[in-house]
Amino acid sequence: MENVTLKINGMSVSVPQNSTVLEAARIAGINIPTLCYLKGYNEIGACRMCLVEIKGARSFAAACVQPVGEGMEVFTNTPALIKSRKNTLELLLSTHDRKCLSCSRSGDCELQRLSREYGVEDEHRFDGEMNHYEPDASAAHMVRDNNKCILCRRCTAVCANMQGVSVIGVTERGFQAHVASPFEMDLADTSCVSCGQCIVACPTGALYEKDATAEVFAAINDPSKHVVVQTAPAVRAAIGEEFGLPIGTNAKGKMVAALRRLGFDKVFDTDFSADLTIMEEANEFIERVKNGGKLPMITSCSPGWVKFCEHYYGDFIENLSTCKSPQQMFGAIVKTYYAEKNNIDPKDIFVVSVMPCTAKKFERGREDQSAAGVPDIDAVLTTRELARMIKKAGLLFTSLPDEDFDLPLGIGSGAGAIFGATGGVMEAALRTAVETLTDTKLEGKALDFVDVRGTKGIKEASYQVGDLNVKVAVVSGLINARKLLEDVRAGKADYHFIEVMACPGGCVNGGGQPIQPASVRNNTDIQALRASVLYDEDLTKLEYRKSHENPVIKELYETYLEKPGSHKAHGILHTSYVNRGLY
Amino acid sequence: MAKATGNLPFSGTPEQEAELRKVIAEHKDEKGALMPVLHKAQEIYGYLPIEVQTIIAEGLSVPLQEVYGVATFYSQFSLYPKGKYKISVCLGTACYVKGAGDVFDKLCKKLGLQSGQCTPDGRFSLDACRCIGACGLAPVLTVNDEVYGKVTVDDIDTILAKYTG
Repeated sequence: MENVTLKINGMSVSVPQNSTVLEAARIAGINIPTLCYLKGYNEIGACRMCLVEIKGARSFAAACVQPVGEGMEVFTNTPALIKSRKNTLELLLSTHDRKCLSCSRSGDCELQRLSREYGVEDEHRFDGEMNHYEPDASAAHMVRDNNKCILCRRCTAVCANMQGVSVIGVTERGFQAHVASPFEMDLADTSCVSCGQCIVACPTGALYEKDATAEVFAAINDPSKHVVVQTAPAVRAAIGEEFGLPIGTNAKGKMVAALRRLGFDKVFDTDFSADLTIMEEANEFIERVKNGGKLPMITSCSPGWVKFCEHYYGDFIENLSTCKSPQQMFGAIVKTYYAEKNNIDPKDIFVVSVMPCTAKKFERGREDQSAAGVPDIDAVLTTRELARMIKKAGLLFTSLPDEDFDLPLGIGSGAGAIFGATGGVMEAALRTAVETLTDTKLEGKALDFVDVRGTKGIKEASYQVGDLNVKVAVVSGLINARKLLEDVRAGKADYHFIEVMACPGGCVNGGGQPIQPASVRNNTDIQALRASVLYDEDLTKLEYRKSHENPVIKELYETYLEKPGSHKAHGILHTSYVNRGLY
Repeated sequence: MAKATGNLPFSGTPEQEAELRKVIAEHKDEKGALMPVLHKAQEIYGYLPIEVQTIIAEGLSVPLQEVYGVATFYSQFSLYPKGKYKISVCLGTACYVKGAGDVFDKLCKKLGLQSGQCTPDGRFSLDACRCIGACGLAPVLTVNDEVYGKVTVDDIDTILAKYTG
């Protein structure tokens, strides 16, 4: 690609010719503030924060959508621009619910930060009529509070362009314009999939997860409860960010130490139940292939994807693996096997999951998720909520020692660890399926199924397994799932096994993960950095790399479940789905 | 939040639906098909309730939220049916300074409606409109084709009584 040369604030810079002024400035080491811009999803130049002066132009231009040109002279920081940005902020604040102290985003709000940076002295400068909205707390996973909304449209853009869901959008016009579901329906009544990508896209506190920290603290403080916690693989790859550690830091040891100090009776690892999922799912896949069952089989670990399938692709429900997700399998095993072994009444066990995901809050309440007659999972915390609990308890996270998970359910394999990244479930399943079907032992590099790795939205590969050529596809981001399913439906694509993760990049980029401001998101490959933590664990940190070699899994089958797909395993570890239709 | 659907049951006929589906089929492959289809749909049904917008969304393969967003953006689209007696209160400048706002508020309260809505019995619908060119009579309201000038809050009961019973 050819480069063009332009001047930014008097300094010459050479950038690829298809760059925007915003990108060119970044290359020149200059940050231009933005509010509405979200790279790849929301490029609409609406908020007017990124205005710049271009020599010879009649008016200010929005840097996020302004293409560069040869010889262009751009100014990003003139007094007129600074005044304009300050004015814009003051106008946004004029209809903003300024209850900042109690706001979920206080301290990491992009509006708050810019107001400080641009020296907004009087947040009441343009006081006048305000709109008042009833917050929508109908959904299991989140609250939508339009009183904090600045109409940047980042949430509606990811809902439509990243996830292909579009259950929220801008309604009405002018002063009445607001984000809503069609016909002002409650979010719970729409075909929202609960992915939470709108939450991590929101610059303010208009969207936030339903906080479960109070009930978890209450359970911990209830002496009659045996409180067990599990943490998903993706949580360790991101929670450090909440405590100032760089993106891509593995904070597993400190996270375990923190959980123990918070007072959980047992600190276990979802890697273990990810291994269990592989045992059941690989077996289910082999059975389907052998017995002419419904193919392609599609993974069921991602509850956002499962709900999406139930709403939008009801004709694919039979393709979904009947395996519960690792979260639910974990709870089911704790309340059956673990309860029996330790002689505890399942009613007295309180299972908490820490997840990178808001849809897990919905999944917890799904039908057919109560192996012991009580819910498998009692409370779901996002990574953000766990960080909040740690802060509230006064734990100095970065000073904590590195500790190990408790035994026995704290042992997981590398295959379980990579569940948190797109392609991980497929790779883990292939490791087990290949060994089971071909009676060969995979070692070293043969264990790496690199074609299904990486953050590309749709990945395809085929592997010779015995006498079967297994064709697989891996997708992340529901708009990609849509494309793939349309092709499968039209007979244009033909696979045996498909992995779908609702969030682009998989769980590491889930809607429950630490929120990175757009200025970081637009310029950093967060998905890849967090995923590298998990691939590193797989390769160097964990003793086992295949689910079926996990000794706790072996013992569980030998002493309790008999074999994958047994009658008992079905009762505890499998579930069913419902065709939900649209709206 | 309450669902913003009309308080009248939907009474679309199979003929209306067939006509709408024909319009959708004609425009389906055009870029920007939503606007002409919404116009036609409003012509066919008189308003755009959720039942009609759902047919359009499915027919054009666009999300219902997008249909709803467009339908609520433009003031010529209505989510509510019009009543047997369609009341329009002019809120243009001249009428407004002469107290049309109070007249409108009184009508809202009296009929239990917000602008654009229709009473459950289908008798009255209420709209705020812009200048109808009768500023000399401000404030002005119309009931179907009947024009009432120099209206005060106290006249409302008498006017409504003419159309009830």
